[in-house]
Amino acid sequence: MPKLTVDGIEVEVEAGATVLQACEEAGKEIPRFCYHERLSIAGNCRMCLVEMERAPKPVASCAMPAADGMVIKTDSDLVKKARNGVMEFLLINHPLDCPICDQGGECDLQDQAMAYGFDSSRYAEKKRAVKDKELGPIVKTIMTRCIHCTRCVRFSEEVAGVGTMGAVYRGEDTEVGPYIEASINSELSGNLVDLCPVGALTSKPYAFTARPWELKKTDSVDVMDAVGSNIRIDARTGEVLRVLPRTNEDINEEWISDKTRYAIDGLKRQRLDRPYVRKDGKLQPASWDEAFAAIKAKVAGLDGKKIAALAGDTVDCESMTALKDLMGKLGSANLDCRQDGSKIGGPRASYIFNSTIAGIDEADACLIVGANVRAEAPIINSRLRKRWRSTAGDFKVGIIGEKWDPTYKNDYLGAGPDTLQEILDGKNDFAKVLKAAEKPMIIVGMGALNREDGDAVLAATRAIAEKYGMVAGEWNGFNVLHTAASRVGGLDLGFVPGEGGLATNDILDGAAKGDIEVVYLLGADEVDMSKLEKAFVIYQGAMGDAGAQAADVILPGAAYTEKNGTYVNTEGRAQQGWRAIFPVGDAREDWAIVRALSGALDLTLPYNNIDAVRERMVELSPTFASLNVPTKAEWTDFGKAGDMKSDGFTSPVRNFYMTDPISRASVTMAKCTEAFVKDAAAEKVA
Amino acid sequence: MSHLRRPAPKELQPTSFAFTPENQEKAKKIIAKYPEGRQQSAVMPLLDLAQRQTEGNWVPTVAMDYIADMLEMPAIRVYEVATFYTMYNLAPVGKNFIQVCTTTPCWLRGSADVVDTCKKELGIGVGETTEDGQFTMIEVECLGACVNAPMMQINDDYYEDLTAESTKAILDALKKGEKPKTGPQSGRKGCEPIDGPKVLKAFCGCGAAPQDADASEGDA
Repeated sequence: MPKLTVDGIEVEVEAGATVLQACEEAGKEIPRFCYHERLSIAGNCRMCLVEMERAPKPVASCAMPAADGMVIKTDSDLVKKARNGVMEFLLINHPLDCPICDQGGECDLQDQAMAYGFDSSRYAEKKRAVKDKELGPIVKTIMTRCIHCTRCVRFSEEVAGVGTMGAVYRGEDTEVGPYIEASINSELSGNLVDLCPVGALTSKPYAFTARPWELKKTDSVDVMDAVGSNIRIDARTGEVLRVLPRTNEDINEEWISDKTRYAIDGLKRQRLDRPYVRKDGKLQPASWDEAFAAIKAKVAGLDGKKIAALAGDTVDCESMTALKDLMGKLGSANLDCRQDGSKIGGPRASYIFNSTIAGIDEADACLIVGANVRAEAPIINSRLRKRWRSTAGDFKVGIIGEKWDPTYKNDYLGAGPDTLQEILDGKNDFAKVLKAAEKPMIIVGMGALNREDGDAVLAATRAIAEKYGMVAGEWNGFNVLHTAASRVGGLDLGFVPGEGGLATNDILDGAAKGDIEVVYLLGADEVDMSKLEKAFVIYQGAMGDAGAQAADVILPGAAYTEKNGTYVNTEGRAQQGWRAIFPVGDAREDWAIVRALSGALDLTLPYNNIDAVRERMVELSPTFASLNVPTKAEWTDFGKAGDMKSDGFTSPVRNFYMTDPISRASVTMAKCTEAFVKDAAAEKVA
Repeated sequence: MSHLRRPAPKELQPTSFAFTPENQEKAKKIIAKYPEGRQQSAVMPLLDLAQRQTEGNWVPTVAMDYIADMLEMPAIRVYEVATFYTMYNLAPVGKNFIQVCTTTPCWLRGSADVVDTCKKELGIGVGETTEDGQFTMIEVECLGACVNAPMMQINDDYYEDLTAESTKAILDALKKGEKPKTGPQSGRKGCEPIDGPKVLKAFCGCGAAPQDADASEGDA
């Protein structure tokens, strides 16, 4: 633990820390462009120069390891002069186009030029100009602005794992970008925009839209996948303009996926902004009272066994709680939050990501079963990659299921349950790896559990976890990777068939047969709507997708940006997001709609505000009592051992860019699909 | 920046590349020189090998991809190396690739005459290739033979102590398909003083008068 003095302040830092980190420890701000704490150190911008006693020249603090007894000055005349010089060099070729630059107002170069720049340039020669690069539908480039910090190069190589970006040519001809034209084929490419300290890489969908100081910033939680990435929603005058990541070391660090970031333009299209009631076979605009009256006419007096409810993939826990209670009052046990029919929902340890996402940083071997992690949860995949990099390749990953490119070294073991059985029997080579590992983990995806033999697969994966010591002491490496943001919340709340109740597939079959007469779809769009033709369908949600088309009554709900909501991510971590803007038109917050409907049906639910709903949630599950921390689940018996079919596992996510009604309505996601998904036409169905 | 430092247009880029069996052997030996896990260090010699193998003495993009595959590294890392070092040509050049040094010492000793002679004799400008594909001429920075300035490099050979006449003679010989004498064209040996050795004459036995005469002749 070296001790050093920074501007007269003594600080002690961890061995291996840099002088820059020591300065920050002492509360000194060091200007920088190339240094980024999550990337390797480049030391090429020279902005972080500090004076070090007994050193002949200023030193780049980001690249200088802190050592015992160093005396650092960060605010001496020498430092100021050195940084002024660096800034002057950086500005030689940087265009003076801040007024038309999207980075304006949140530009590191702009900010630091205020502190270290001159009021005029001494450079009278010609500035260089660089051709812009075409990087695809997400990242816009104005390469003349580039200062060659190479953050984007390091990010794409180290975090995203796609070697697209590089610094080609040399000296004054240096250009950052791909050598031959190539889009950045990564689900994390939007992070390049955040990383770029200048306006060279900016957001294409957000181009020329707003200035940062005009935006109202709201903390929220992402619902595009089950990771629960922490996000900040930037809105202006009732319109969500962009989504940025919020740092959360335990979940998304400071990255978010492109879908999280850019699917929001889908929220401006195909919205349900008023209630509709089907009259004469056609959906007609109606008032809330008319819509409730239509539901009452159908539901009143109906046997609860003929009513069913399905919760969709992006709904909040508050609305599921309200609907669950309403179904209870209606006397129905037919409710399910597993649209895909996956066989999960036993003890809590059987359906959460027990090791937690941060736990990946400790694991030393990983078996992935039936999950295309890169498409289903890019943030978790980047965490696996990070682990693989930090162990210099010692982190062994085996994949069972479809073939996919995880961006790190892996052993592809096989397509389906047969391979799983081989591992269980110890016949596969990877079994040795698992046996030798101290903290092995298994990631089971929905592709393995949404099959008819899901219970048997779950039992087999549990047996593997037991056999290879994946659950030992504090360590629980049995992980289920969900694809839906609402799933774990729904399971925790018990939004599953009650006693004698039907599960998703039985509800659908029942509706097709006419046994189920009323189906309440709470943002559920991923089920086979053709089976619901006979039933009276109530659709509550924000987007006019499949569910709304099949509906007899539409209740317009709020999108995730428009309500306060609680979501439980795949780790079982409950998090709350806040409302950034108000719902469109007549739409209302979802739990309030269910509450209002309960009043209209004379079955009034006992809560009048969201706090009361949340109290009810705590009653239903302790998950909601402690926000932001995953609660450990007890390891008990689950799954039903049985025969597994031999056909291979297929990931439910066929096209990363389009997985839910919001991303399907998004123009940006459509462009990404076109650019990156090979047979886009065939995959659109997903 | 010369066009040789930019990737050749698509129509010139071959669609496939592979080392010949001989070069495959050589590549294996080169890679084996580096310690386990550091095979990527072989990228520079392999690029050179690829350039020598390719008709037109250049490195096509497919060759870089091929090397990237061979060394299990992202293609962009190979592109970075190939575009950084000027000795890798990114577009085809003539059979005789002339690099005239025009850095200060050579320029003071008359490199402008050498460039002019090349232009006149070959009918091409700097960075251009003759129509028959025999010659490409470019200006380069110091090639490290200042003591024999002015000089030029043609393919792997240095031609030093050049004058307009000797340059023309070299080009004429090359046009005829002959191989001119490499090294100093003035007649001096290597980089000894222009008017003959000054020291240790007794030991090397090279202090004889005739050589002095040769040297001063060339100095004219």
